[in-house]
Amino acid sequence: MSETTAATTSGSTASGADSGAAGTSGATSGATIELENLTKRYPGSHEPAVDSVSMEIKAGETVIFVGPSGCGKSTTLKMINRLIEPTSGRIRIDGEDVTDIDPVKLRRKVGYAIQSSGLFPHMTVAQNIALVPKMIGWGKSRIKSRVEEMLDLVGLDPGEFHGRYPRQLSGGQQQRVGVARALAADPPVLLMDEPFGAVDPITRDHLQDELIRLQHELHKTIVFVTHDFDEAIKLGDRIAVLRERSHIAQFDTPEAILTNPADDFVSGFVGAGAALKRLNLTRVRDVEIADIPTVTVDDPLQTIFDKLRVSGVNELLLLDKRGRPYKWLRRGDLMRAKGSLARAGTLVHDTVTRDATLRDALEAVLTDNAGRVAVTGRRGEYTGVVDMETLMNSVHEMLEADRLDAVEHQHELEEQRAQLTHQEQEGAGYGDPGGAAKA
Amino acid sequence: MNFWDYLGNRHQQLLTDAYQHASAVFQCMVVATLIGVLIGVLTYRSEWAGNLATTATSTILTIPSLAMIGLLIPVVGLGVAPTVIALTLYGLLPIVRNAIVGLRGVDPSLVDAAKGIGMSRAARLFKVELPIAWPPILTGIRVSTQMLMGIAAIAAYASGPGLGNEIFRGIGSLGSKNALNQVLAGTLGIIVLALLFDAAYVLIGRLTISRGIRV
Repeated sequence: MSETTAATTSGSTASGADSGAAGTSGATSGATIELENLTKRYPGSHEPAVDSVSMEIKAGETVIFVGPSGCGKSTTLKMINRLIEPTSGRIRIDGEDVTDIDPVKLRRKVGYAIQSSGLFPHMTVAQNIALVPKMIGWGKSRIKSRVEEMLDLVGLDPGEFHGRYPRQLSGGQQQRVGVARALAADPPVLLMDEPFGAVDPITRDHLQDELIRLQHELHKTIVFVTHDFDEAIKLGDRIAVLRERSHIAQFDTPEAILTNPADDFVSGFVGAGAALKRLNLTRVRDVEIADIPTVTVDDPLQTIFDKLRVSGVNELLLLDKRGRPYKWLRRGDLMRAKGSLARAGTLVHDTVTRDATLRDALEAVLTDNAGRVAVTGRRGEYTGVVDMETLMNSVHEMLEADRLDAVEHQHELEEQRAQLTHQEQEGAGYGDPGGAAKA
Repeated sequence: MNFWDYLGNRHQQLLTDAYQHASAVFQCMVVATLIGVLIGVLTYRSEWAGNLATTATSTILTIPSLAMIGLLIPVVGLGVAPTVIALTLYGLLPIVRNAIVGLRGVDPSLVDAAKGIGMSRAARLFKVELPIAWPPILTGIRVSTQMLMGIAAIAAYASGPGLGNEIFRGIGSLGSKNALNQVLAGTLGIIVLALLFDAAYVLIGRLTISRGIRV
């Protein structure tokens, strides 16, 4: 994580780095959330809408509630800030029982972002963000600087956006402001109810990346509801797969759910292509990056010729003056272009960063005509190459490791079960071992 | 005596009448707005209460104004009292109906969001629901005002204030040489007042409706 913070601060301007540092040092990080037998029963219906959910969420963790529509995931979320009052059960935030405190007071400590942003149309962006700080009595100048800081944080230019009205923003921008408003008073907990459900896929992808970046900086406890399992895998530290009445089918890390779904319901929900989805969980920096010979545009032609001949490879990567991948050069290319570097070779049209997922890398490799993609560093400089073979090998290794984990897990469970059976047998006496085992 | 001479001779009286007319309508509108919005706020969240409020106020509107004032005279006497009561009652319907429609029209997800970020019931009402419902409410107030301008003329029947006196004097002395002038002066005066009020509402709308929701 320290790496990511460093990356974001050094990447921005000097003033941006200052405010970023101020924001992170003073920020409240997450609080634990405990739900204990949380139940919601609506009058006039037999079955409870949410049936005795118990769950512990660690501080600074992103937990995703995922499940089919109508499974009660949203209801469960809304019980955490008591927009829906639980019929029974307890809610504890940071150890404090909040089930009976004034809900208005509770909600000011819990950020809340919803689908289609929920911005108030008659207030400007700045007024929307300032709402909660104003309610908890911050001073004017503090609110003003906080609004600027929040806009900066969600990637909107404060000067340009703070006086705008929500209807003058695109869907993605509205959603960013919605998140900024939820975080304005620096709550330890952030609840998000399908926040990206109403934006187009490209914007959604973008917003998800932004949320990951934000969370790296802020370490809030985030509870996020979605029905999109891919979104859950991408964002979650842990995922709670919920079935009807909010029963927890499985509550585990994305890796564990993908490789070892607890039952048919979960594997049905994970859907086909678990191995493909697994690619989303590994980043390019985690796999072995190959190196290929490179030359720069400043090298004399003779060096390039020599390199091609000596290295025994078919291809060179030509880098521009700042070390960024520029062109792929093949053996015959230079001859055909009559020795002109400007005309030889094919332009590099796609690169991936070290933070990209393996899925992104696979995508790039598949669309590349030679089946490889250059990996770049922070400023776009060349750091290596990923090709099909690397990907295949790492996926194999990954799946093998997962399988071993799963087997081990299974083993533990069996051992536990065996122990239980053993105890039961002993308790039931030696007379009827068969019956005890059945029980 | 032609109409312009009449206006020249009587302008003192006419201005006083016009002023009293406008003042009566204005004051009754303020009261009707306060009561109307209050009724709207109290009833919009319940299906039947809201419908009851709308039905009740529209029933009032079906009573002919002359009959209403006639009925009020034995109860509250002549003069200002029956005028104010009648005008306020008539002014309610458009305001109550538009307040209910406007408040019910606020996107429930916005109310949810307001709750979710920790706004109290009062803060939700005054900072979110009423400002968003304000354009239709203001329209209701405008419609009400136009209506009351005409109805206020009837108030002269109960010896109330306003331009109605001019009209009634004219009707009472039909055939005399100033009768037509009197009716005309009263009627035109009311029209001019109505237009002035309408212009004022446009200005109020400009000043009070947020740019974020102005159409």
